[in-house]
Amino acid sequence: MSVTTSPRPAGPSDRPRSPQTHWQHRLAERGIDRQLWLLVPAVLFVVLLFLYPFFYGLGLSFQPTKGGPFSDYARFFSDAYQRNTIWITLRIALPAAVLNVVAAVPIAYRMRGRFRGKRLITILLVVPITLGTVLTAQGLLNYLGPTGWFNRVLLSLHLADQPIQLIHNYWGVFFSLIITGFPFAFLLVLSYLSGIDPTLERAAATLGAGWWQRFRTITLPLLMPGLATTFCLTFVLAFSVFPSAVLVGNPAGQTRVISIAAYQAAYEQFDYPYASAIAMIMGLVEVVIIALVLAARSRLYTGSTGGKG
Amino acid sequence: MTALTDVRTGTTEPAASAPRRRITARPAAWLVWGAVIFFFINLLGVVGSVVVSSFGRRWFDTWVPDGYTTQWYGQAWTDFTLLQVITVTLEVSLLVVGISLLIGVPAAYVLARRGFPGKRLIYFVFLLPILIPPITYGIPLATVLYKFGFAGHLSGVVLANLVPSVPFVILTMTPFIEQIDPRIESAARMCGAGIRSIFLRVLAPLLLPGILASAILVLVRTVGMFELTFLTAGPDSQTLVVALYYSMSAAGIRAQQSVDAMAVIYTSMMLVLLVIALRYVNPTQLVARVKEEPEP
Repeated sequence: MSVTTSPRPAGPSDRPRSPQTHWQHRLAERGIDRQLWLLVPAVLFVVLLFLYPFFYGLGLSFQPTKGGPFSDYARFFSDAYQRNTIWITLRIALPAAVLNVVAAVPIAYRMRGRFRGKRLITILLVVPITLGTVLTAQGLLNYLGPTGWFNRVLLSLHLADQPIQLIHNYWGVFFSLIITGFPFAFLLVLSYLSGIDPTLERAAATLGAGWWQRFRTITLPLLMPGLATTFCLTFVLAFSVFPSAVLVGNPAGQTRVISIAAYQAAYEQFDYPYASAIAMIMGLVEVVIIALVLAARSRLYTGSTGGKG
Repeated sequence: MTALTDVRTGTTEPAASAPRRRITARPAAWLVWGAVIFFFINLLGVVGSVVVSSFGRRWFDTWVPDGYTTQWYGQAWTDFTLLQVITVTLEVSLLVVGISLLIGVPAAYVLARRGFPGKRLIYFVFLLPILIPPITYGIPLATVLYKFGFAGHLSGVVLANLVPSVPFVILTMTPFIEQIDPRIESAARMCGAGIRSIFLRVLAPLLLPGILASAILVLVRTVGMFELTFLTAGPDSQTLVVALYYSMSAAGIRAQQSVDAMAVIYTSMMLVLLVIALRYVNPTQLVARVKEEPEP
């Protein structure tokens, strides 16, 4: 079976070379062609609904209702009631994030292999995140209340003389952050740990290293970049705590977090420039902490971990 | 992942003393498992106390309620107009799923297949709404939506919830698209298919598992997403979470048990969605909001 084709030199000399096809060809070589139109709705969408509000808010924060461009920022920092929200939020978010990440490491280390029931435990851990902060707050109000089961157990075991105040204060918010934050940190750390090549540890074991030495000198340095990322994500989640602080916390006093301050400025005082300024300050504090953590992380080992990590 | 686990099942722990190491021999193991069990017991207590309370007739200072009844569910249904709230929740989430798939899948296709100048920047911009928590960008977003008159209605809620959903769809679909052989598309083009035919007749059937997975993930996240809906909802466009929050923090005399009943309705709705979702996705995808890429 022979295929006969009329010989036709299909070179560029055959086609009329208009400037337009010439440019189309050159752009297509770099990857720009009509297919990029498929990307346009999504890019437009992100620009209109994410970047534009951000820059609009940024601009708005510099146009306060009265005073010069920086007067809303000055107003925030000169009012101790507002200024303290930064410290209050950090006091809640940093320990919660640190505890979540630090507690996740040994548990994920132990669970990193395959064992029966791993999928079940993973599913059970996903439940609090899926249920969300509002339901966790409602449950904590019931469970940790003065007549709730937790205090009842403490009293009946004689671990306490009277019910401990665990809601409508700092601890309620803290526990709610642990319940919704720990599974998140755990699953992330677990995926990072699973990406570390297990043969490295086994090689160390054949050379005589005990488990603590293996962990300290091999696993931990390889895990540190992943831990830094997990901490950043967990911290950002904890820093933006809002419904828990209102429902199980003390939103007028001990747990008046910065998101409450922004919300009140926007929806109760209708002072949108002030609210935008507070939101910008909130973002700025997050960025500063994340930058510190990432700067520390960049001094760690960032090479390949030998697996899918 | 299969390769790694195959390797792992072949390993044996370096036996220090006994040939078969029992996990009960180490106090560290006890500690770890103890912590896990303590966490789950408390979690069970938190959810369980809400469920028990919603069925109790009166519950003041005892371990369990005095009597049991289901009246609170009927009362919550009428008090909080739950039928309307659930309808709004379903409308919002289905609209968000549909629109984000429509926008996100073509964008994911282009991002996965092509390289073009500025691709990394665009990818980073798409990553931002997922990394940044909703309350941080929610207030400027709500301000803009109020300015243009969208907020306070269903359209505002849908637009606000789209912001984290479209990047989420893009991130979830990218590995699915990457695993389709580009030669199939080239073969289709050679037979004369335009881009629309390629999408509808070649790619969509192959991508159906991925589309289903992202649809379910977006659905679960939107039903449970509190902050964005809270900031942009009007009185008749609240989703179930927001209505639950308002009923908890509102003033007035309202029986705690009916709020608990509403919370149980919300929980069962989320658990049903979770069970459906877990048939198609693995649990980590519900949680990990960032696709772990190898760091440069």
